[in-house]
Amino acid sequence: MIVIVEIMPKPGILDPQGKAVNQALHQLGYNEVNEVKVGKIIRLDIDETDHETAIAKAEDMAVRLLHNPNVESFRVVLPEEIDNTVEEKLQ
Amino acid sequence: MKWGVVVFPGSNCDHDAYDALSRLLGQEVKYVWHQDRNIADLDAVLLPGGFSYGDYLRAGAIARFSDIMDEVVTFAHEGGTVIGICNGFQVLTEAGLLPGALIRNTSLRFICEDVPIRVEHTDCRFSASCSTGDVLKIPIAHNEGNYVLNDTELEDILAKGQVLFRYCSPGGEINDQNNPNGSLHSIAGVINESGNVLGMMPHPERRCDPILGSTDGRKIFDSVIKWVENNGKR
Repeated sequence: MIVIVEIMPKPGILDPQGKAVNQALHQLGYNEVNEVKVGKIIRLDIDETDHETAIAKAEDMAVRLLHNPNVESFRVVLPEEIDNTVEEKLQ
Repeated sequence: MKWGVVVFPGSNCDHDAYDALSRLLGQEVKYVWHQDRNIADLDAVLLPGGFSYGDYLRAGAIARFSDIMDEVVTFAHEGGTVIGICNGFQVLTEAGLLPGALIRNTSLRFICEDVPIRVEHTDCRFSASCSTGDVLKIPIAHNEGNYVLNDTELEDILAKGQVLFRYCSPGGEINDQNNPNGSLHSIAGVINESGNVLGMMPHPERRCDPILGSTDGRKIFDSVIKWVENNGKR
């Protein structure tokens, strides 16, 4: 089953990428944008049928490898919990 | 003394480090492949710069799980000397041997230039051959050298003397203009609490040969060599 790990820079941690994207959006006239944070999405295809077990395993992976607790926070979601269009584009 | 230079897939400063230690400093050196586990014969381990595992996920994040790193962690916990330079520093933070993390430079650019760094104290094996306040001119070459950690941790490492090198002006002043990558507190190099593990973004191995214009990098290796001569391996 597919499980998604969302990783974002922690609040307070400088996000140079987000800052650069924010500036570029302002240049394009989107002055309503207050702040941009750039994170990453990791899509795992796990050999598992139980949702809770799959999420627990993905959390374990995120803690051990996928995120760095010093600078990033993460959450594990199932594809149906996020915008379906994102998942379609990933196929 | 005997040094080991670890080679990860994607390391690219391993030969520079080997050359500096062996040819220029007359040390016994061997390469240690990332799948090796035998480092019992070494007095010091150096994790070189480069792009281990293509910097995928985060710089150093994957190298940290290689076989050799199990041994390096044990070696460090037993008091052995470990130096991580550039990517090596990133690997050491990922492995939890050093505090903090290294994120993208605030400029979002890869920076390759000589920078002055100030020696904050000489009370450890990596700086004993320097004087406090010495300014060393050593090049940096990185995209992720922006050192971060939280306020409590910063206070903690400052109190424990773990900040060893800071980016500074040629005259030794600390200011934002002379902080090339946005590092918190202009930190260029830190040691662990027990003082046997050093991580630094600048490349001392590139400033050991007089033909390259400066031998400031030698002071760091010389410090270690003298320390091991006087104190033994640990």
